Amino acid sequence: MNRIISPKNAQKIMKGVFWASGIVTIIILLIIIGYILIKGLPVINLEFLLENPIDSGKSGGIAPMIVSTLIITFIAVFVATPIGVGAAVFIEEYTKENILVKLIRLGSETLASIPSIVFGLFGLAFFVIYLHMGWSLFSGGIVLAFMALPTILQVSEVSIIAVPRSYAEGSLALGGSKWQTIYRVILPAAVPGITTGVILGMARAMSEAAAILFVVGSALAMPLSIFDPGRPLPLHLYVLATEGISLDNAYGTAAVLVLLILIITVVTNTVVERYSKKMMGR
Amino acid sequence: MKDIGEFLIEKGLLITAFLSIIIILLIIIFIFSEGLPFMESYGFLKFIFGSIWDPSSGDYGVLPMIVGSLGITSLALVFAIPLSLLCAIYMAEIAPKTMRKILKPVIETLAGIPSVVYGFFGLIVLVPIMRIHFGGTGFSMFTASIILTVMILPTIISVSEDALRFIPHEYKEASLALGATHWQTIKNVIFPAAIPGIITAIILGMGRAIGETLAVIMVAGNVAQFPTTISDPVRALTSNIAIEMGYATGIHYSALFGTAIVLFIIIIILLVVANYFHYKKKITIGGGYL
Amino acid sequence: MDYRIEVEDLNVYFDEAHILKDISINIKKNRVTSLIGPSGCGKSTFIRTLNRMNDLIDSFKMTGTILLDGGDIYDPKVDVVDLRKKVGMVFQKPNPFPKSIFDNVAYGLRIHGIKDKDFIEKRVEDSLKEAALWDEVKEKLDKSAMGLSGGQQQRLCIARTIAVEPEVILMDEPCSALDPISTTKIEDLIHKLKEDFTIIIVTHNMQQATRVSKYTAFFLNGEIVESGLTDKLFIEPEDKRTEDYITGRFG
Repeated sequence: MNRIISPKNAQKIMKGVFWASGIVTIIILLIIIGYILIKGLPVINLEFLLENPIDSGKSGGIAPMIVSTLIITFIAVFVATPIGVGAAVFIEEYTKENILVKLIRLGSETLASIPSIVFGLFGLAFFVIYLHMGWSLFSGGIVLAFMALPTILQVSEVSIIAVPRSYAEGSLALGGSKWQTIYRVILPAAVPGITTGVILGMARAMSEAAAILFVVGSALAMPLSIFDPGRPLPLHLYVLATEGISLDNAYGTAAVLVLLILIITVVTNTVVERYSKKMMGR
Repeated sequence: MKDIGEFLIEKGLLITAFLSIIIILLIIIFIFSEGLPFMESYGFLKFIFGSIWDPSSGDYGVLPMIVGSLGITSLALVFAIPLSLLCAIYMAEIAPKTMRKILKPVIETLAGIPSVVYGFFGLIVLVPIMRIHFGGTGFSMFTASIILTVMILPTIISVSEDALRFIPHEYKEASLALGATHWQTIKNVIFPAAIPGIITAIILGMGRAIGETLAVIMVAGNVAQFPTTISDPVRALTSNIAIEMGYATGIHYSALFGTAIVLFIIIIILLVVANYFHYKKKITIGGGYL
Repeated sequence: MDYRIEVEDLNVYFDEAHILKDISINIKKNRVTSLIGPSGCGKSTFIRTLNRMNDLIDSFKMTGTILLDGGDIYDPKVDVVDLRKKVGMVFQKPNPFPKSIFDNVAYGLRIHGIKDKDFIEKRVEDSLKEAALWDEVKEKLDKSAMGLSGGQQQRLCIARTIAVEPEVILMDEPCSALDPISTTKIEDLIHKLKEDFTIIIVTHNMQQATRVSKYTAFFLNGEIVESGLTDKLFIEPEDKRTEDYITGRFG
């Protein structure tokens, strides 16, 4: 036994190191969130939320940015959810593990790993230039839908797999058709998981700036239709911060963005938990 | 006898399933059709190994940006791997229930914070600190790598934690029953068995770091030159596109699509490597290769 | 002093569930003791209490005393790690590590700080011989243990356990996942091992208990109904419930 540190002491030391690593991770989050909220919350008031920016954002509010964010996020989720869930249902229920499924998986996996700035380039080349759509929230929403698609697809697949086969057998044995079974039995049981996936995609769309940098334009005015250009919150924050326009308003915008994401995550987690409990009769 | 409705639904679902393939193909076509002709006429090697990027005099060498991207990413991995693996092991093996309940949402939130907010935090808090302690402007490869470290922590932690949890409980029992300490069991049995999953986790983190754009732009300084120390400013591939696309035209415009192709190829290489390890992980479950 | 383990008034709870009730039993040195009884009667929980494997379960609570060579194993001063060196365990499902055959057996030695290569090699060989596995694996010690058959894996796990030279070996239904031929090999092995070790074996199989053990305890609903010499317990049981169980009239 010519060890420098005995196994028992090594155990004690490592336990301390592991605890420290967990605590450090928590502290990192607290510092970042804390800093943004402490600096940003005092800036937020009704005026800030409900008014248009003045003097390219030096003063005034961020109402058009909030509206732009809501519009592109809504478009992204509205487009990506049916496609993602549909593809997941097809893969899990209508086909076996074959070359087609492998291709679809490969496609979605690659889609998930493409850097957002490449999505941005694609949006510019395809929507803005090739389709002559110009800068618009609509194009931005579609680009974000493409980005959110793999998340929604993968999570939906996992949730559908998790539904016990006996549920489907029960319905089929009663003479239910395949689609009836999927629609009335499998999907409802998979809803909590799918919702989580949709929210993840939604949060991702809401926080994205690079992918829409060249697609939505940078208009400060309130968008009147989904085909208008706009400037969603992350983009606004980016411009305010890098062009040194207004630090205060940048703090405020960052805080609004962080709060939005936090609220959405917490609310869905709670709702999904309730729903699953209700379904399982607990 | 199949109902017509059932038939239509099946075909509709087939189309949705095909869409992700179509979208990825569209992206590849549009990026490559713009970037490849440029790379060909400018010269592939000259483009990839050229060390000067100066659109105003017609120089489009992308190597400084490749070095920049890889430099920031490697540095971020150096910081992130130890912390995130320790944290993953902590969550999978050591943390009591209450700590796990706290850490899970903490990591989800870290993953959910928009990258622009990270960049903003870096710009406002980290850059001045760096300026004071390390001199220079504070915008540097080092600063960017710290921001990226925080951004890839949640990815590496959550995927490795999964991999660690996946290790059969029997291994742990067998080791403890032989009189091993918990740490010996983690070091000699649990961790080695989880390595394929952990490598996948690291590669995913690497992919996120290489693909990150705006957070890097905000703190890296963005000078298209080779860095000599880690406190030099650097420009990443992603930043190169984001900074210049706003005003690029003609060849310059195409050269940025060429930059995107380089980025794309790096990501594909990472994907292939990740899949290779993922594959091995599957055999481990069935037959055991270790 | 020929008792290796003395258990007195042991009660075990998982949360509110009362799993073991007032267990008192003494285990003789260098003998094989079988624990029999229907599923869920607490025999596995009982042997996992003897090497404190139940400590891994959060909801585990116990009262009473367990003495190993006269010392209380649940004394706060006792190091679990030292205890488990003395009390080895073979599990129901063979659980070799995903490492080579050699590394599996050497594992316990290495974690206990032995670095001497020759010593480790010798001990690995001896343990594999003692576990009657040497001839089957001596050509492929560096191959993965996962490639062995179930019976070989279980003998490897026994070799791994005896390599660290425990005093007691706990066996939790070691043959339940094996075919009859492998089972016979393990039973022969148990006969051989009792020279050097005190063995406690949980089994579902009453014939196995009569074949391998000198002493038997019958567990039912968390209590020991009857314990004593195997021959006596199976031929003239004192308790009606024991008789019902061994004659198959039970449940």
